[in-house]
Amino acid sequence: MSAFNQWVAILRSESATLAYDKRIIVEDLSLDIPAGSFTAIIGPNACGKSTLLRAMAGLLAPTSGRMILDGKVIATLSPRDIAQQMGLLPQTAIAPEGITVAELVARGRYVHQRLLRQWSAQDRDAVADALHVTNIADLAERRVEHLSGGQRQRVWIAMVLAQQTPLILLDEPTTYLDIAHQMDVLNLLHELNVSGRTIVAVLHDLNHAARYASHIIAMKDGMVIAAGPPAKVITPATVSEVFGLATEVIPDPVTGQPMVVPHDTRMAIRRGLPSR
Amino acid sequence: MQPPAFALWIVGILSLLLAVLVLSILVGANPLSVQTVLDTLRGHGTTEANYVVWTQRVPRTVAGLMVGAALSVAGALVQSYTRNPLADTGLLGVNAGAAFFVAIGIIFFGITSPSGYVWLACLGALVLTAIVYTIGSAGGEAAGPVRLTMAGVALGAVFSGLTTGLALTHPDAFERMRSWSAGSLLERDFGVLVPIAPMLICGIAISAFVAPRLNSISLGADVARSQGVNISRTQALVLIAVTLLAGGATAIAGPLVFVGLVVPHIVRWGVGVDQGKIILGSLLFGPCLVLMADIVGRIAVLPSEMPVGVVTAFVGAPLLIALVRRANATGL
Amino acid sequence: MTPMKQVLAHGPSIAWFVIGPETGNILVHRRSALVAFIAAVVVLGLVLLALRLGDFPLTPLEVIDVFLGRGEALVRTVVLEWRLPRAVAAVVFGAALGVSGALFQTITRNPLASPDVMGLANGSYAGMIVTLVVLGGSWPMLVTGSLVGGLATATVIYLLALKDGLQGFRFIMVGIGISAMLASFNIWLLLRVDLDVALFASAWGAGTLNTITPATLIPTGLSIFVLFCLLPIVVAPLRQLSLGDDAAASTGAAVGPARLGAIVIAIGLVSAVTAVSGPIAFIALSAPQISRRLAGTAEVPLAATAVVGGLLLLTSDLLAQHVIPFSLPVGVVTLVLGGLYLVWLLVREARRTK
Repeated sequence: MSAFNQWVAILRSESATLAYDKRIIVEDLSLDIPAGSFTAIIGPNACGKSTLLRAMAGLLAPTSGRMILDGKVIATLSPRDIAQQMGLLPQTAIAPEGITVAELVARGRYVHQRLLRQWSAQDRDAVADALHVTNIADLAERRVEHLSGGQRQRVWIAMVLAQQTPLILLDEPTTYLDIAHQMDVLNLLHELNVSGRTIVAVLHDLNHAARYASHIIAMKDGMVIAAGPPAKVITPATVSEVFGLATEVIPDPVTGQPMVVPHDTRMAIRRGLPSR
Repeated sequence: MQPPAFALWIVGILSLLLAVLVLSILVGANPLSVQTVLDTLRGHGTTEANYVVWTQRVPRTVAGLMVGAALSVAGALVQSYTRNPLADTGLLGVNAGAAFFVAIGIIFFGITSPSGYVWLACLGALVLTAIVYTIGSAGGEAAGPVRLTMAGVALGAVFSGLTTGLALTHPDAFERMRSWSAGSLLERDFGVLVPIAPMLICGIAISAFVAPRLNSISLGADVARSQGVNISRTQALVLIAVTLLAGGATAIAGPLVFVGLVVPHIVRWGVGVDQGKIILGSLLFGPCLVLMADIVGRIAVLPSEMPVGVVTAFVGAPLLIALVRRANATGL
Repeated sequence: MTPMKQVLAHGPSIAWFVIGPETGNILVHRRSALVAFIAAVVVLGLVLLALRLGDFPLTPLEVIDVFLGRGEALVRTVVLEWRLPRAVAAVVFGAALGVSGALFQTITRNPLASPDVMGLANGSYAGMIVTLVVLGGSWPMLVTGSLVGGLATATVIYLLALKDGLQGFRFIMVGIGISAMLASFNIWLLLRVDLDVALFASAWGAGTLNTITPATLIPTGLSIFVLFCLLPIVVAPLRQLSLGDDAAASTGAAVGPARLGAIVIAIGLVSAVTAVSGPIAFIALSAPQISRRLAGTAEVPLAATAVVGGLLLLTSDLLAQHVIPFSLPVGVVTLVLGGLYLVWLLVREARRTK
């Protein structure tokens, strides 16, 4: 867990209201993403976490209020300015038919390239490092459409890494990955965080969030229910309020961080075990 | 916005259809009072009224019903299968093939009446769809809807080029082709409609059968296969149904491309994404569009008549544009 | 350097190579450059052929003499005033149409999108027919009418599709709607006029290069050249666009302006060509697909498409003029030729995957 200055917000939402064509998803939301943190955003489906992430990435303009990146209002920044500070792993990305892994990862270098400076040593190194760190270097010449879901997910992550930004936003980065690869990706994100980058990830698994994140934001119905370190947020009371699920929270035997165990007595009853 | 209850939609469209059918019999270039029409329908009409109602209006109403239903269902199938919002029945080459064979018939065999065109158009549609299917599915099912679409576009281009070439070099054929190409329900009597009816019924039956399989396929090839859907067989059935429906409809009325494109979209935005519902909705709404267009064509430029193909665009296009501008318009 | 870095030293993959030093370089896709080069060579050969063939056949030497400043006056007229403008027009217009189709297809991420489908051709045609029927139609008036028709259509489509920004699907659908209305309008108009007027209009409506003279070629050619010069600005952002709007924006591409810029360039290219030659079908649709399949690239390669488009139109025009016994508009040939070639590519692609 890296030390971070919780008083410096690298990303901030100031009373932002987010809506898609008159349908309000998030209303009057204010929160801070501490600089240098590994922030996990958790919450039930359709609570507004992806919408919030998109707004923080500058893809969705708030209908009122504002989003601030490193002290500047996002709405006043150009896509290039934003992309130099922040990379995003979106949910809806398309791999053009026929593109190879290395080519797709190289697309992440766009913001560092110019009309007449289309490939440089930095580009080469960034792509190579991204491929290496996500363990897909041996897939470099393969066509993306021929890969499995898990491999494809790592390709997209590599593309975001190749952009080499101090702030990385990820929307459900562990989708499609098997447990070993999930751990790989989360460990990778953690290492990136330790070496100085701020990570903001929407995670669906509470235990992943508790184990790896330094700061957790729990949302429900477009509002922040709790925000803070895992020990403060991952409690039975909060989980019950956010997810409507009764749970026990015990220390993770490996890391000591909070671990959520659903208090579902139906299985206990079916197995004939004493319920608690 | 959740689509309103499906039953409500169907009732609404059915009412509209009934209203349009009634209007189609009542309205025309020859003004007849409602009483006269009712008398004629009961068998007590004058010779003139009989002619107008039984030889002109009833056949063209039935033709409009058949053509509208067939084209719309065919369009729904094509769009679902190719997953492309630009896809229409003409995409699989039906119109190009029909037009080419009609041109050949006019130039080399001297055929000049709609009843003659019917079989040529049918044959042309069938031949061309067969060629498109052969080329489009040559790579096996891994090739998919994109190849089929491209094959249809390519072959459609070849044959429509040949047709235009033929028409431009034979002025008398050009004259006949340009009225056939506008798409019309005029002079389509039961001699034309009755032989085509079995084709359309067959096509609709196949569509009903194929609808749940198309729902599965839209979730992805793997999901579909695990639900027991034979993808290449479904593809073949879709092709057959589209050929029967679009070929039959084009054989009756000439090319009315826009109907197959716009009706499924409008229906889909009302009833949601279930293929069965879309097909049923299209079956009922298609005739509404075609018959409304035909009615307008009869009275808009009296004493002459605007061909229904021309009017469907003017009726359907603003509808399409208005719907697309609605906030919750989505792609396929 | 690690093996991976060695591979990447010359571009994102071995399919690419870099031209120039680090301070100023461009990436070139090997195979698409090869396709462009070979197509260009063929084009040159065909241009030479075009200059030789006709009612007044010439030997290669006579043609070369003209370019060296020698040759009789009549030969010079034939080559420089009749045949060369037409051949150059075929290549340049074909390139313009191909590129405009490529831009449309990239913006909409749909291989079926093209200015033809979107109604620009029909708009120009409508403008031309209205001018012909209403004003009688001297040639400059027809050109103006068609230009006005095309641009008006483009504006209407753009305004109708514009709602909280320009969305690809809505843009296509509005284009189709307007296109169908205009097509019906045209059919309706043609039904009402005399047969010979209808034939004339239809011949123009299929696209023809019969009307090319140095006077019509130079302004059109210049506009196309200017528009081509604007292309490098949109190429890179458009390539990012094919990853999806979100991914493109988050990698730093200015999605909205790039799209708008590409549309404006595409519409400009099509309008320029259509005003003079009528709607020449299918090149905008097929040239991008043909060149993409030949080059094996993920997105449509612009340079290769331009050359392939020019090649398609030039070949069609030569066939229309010298091979086909009837007098047919070039647009009829482009339909058949482009279609056949696309079919051949599809079949070949299928055989390879088997």
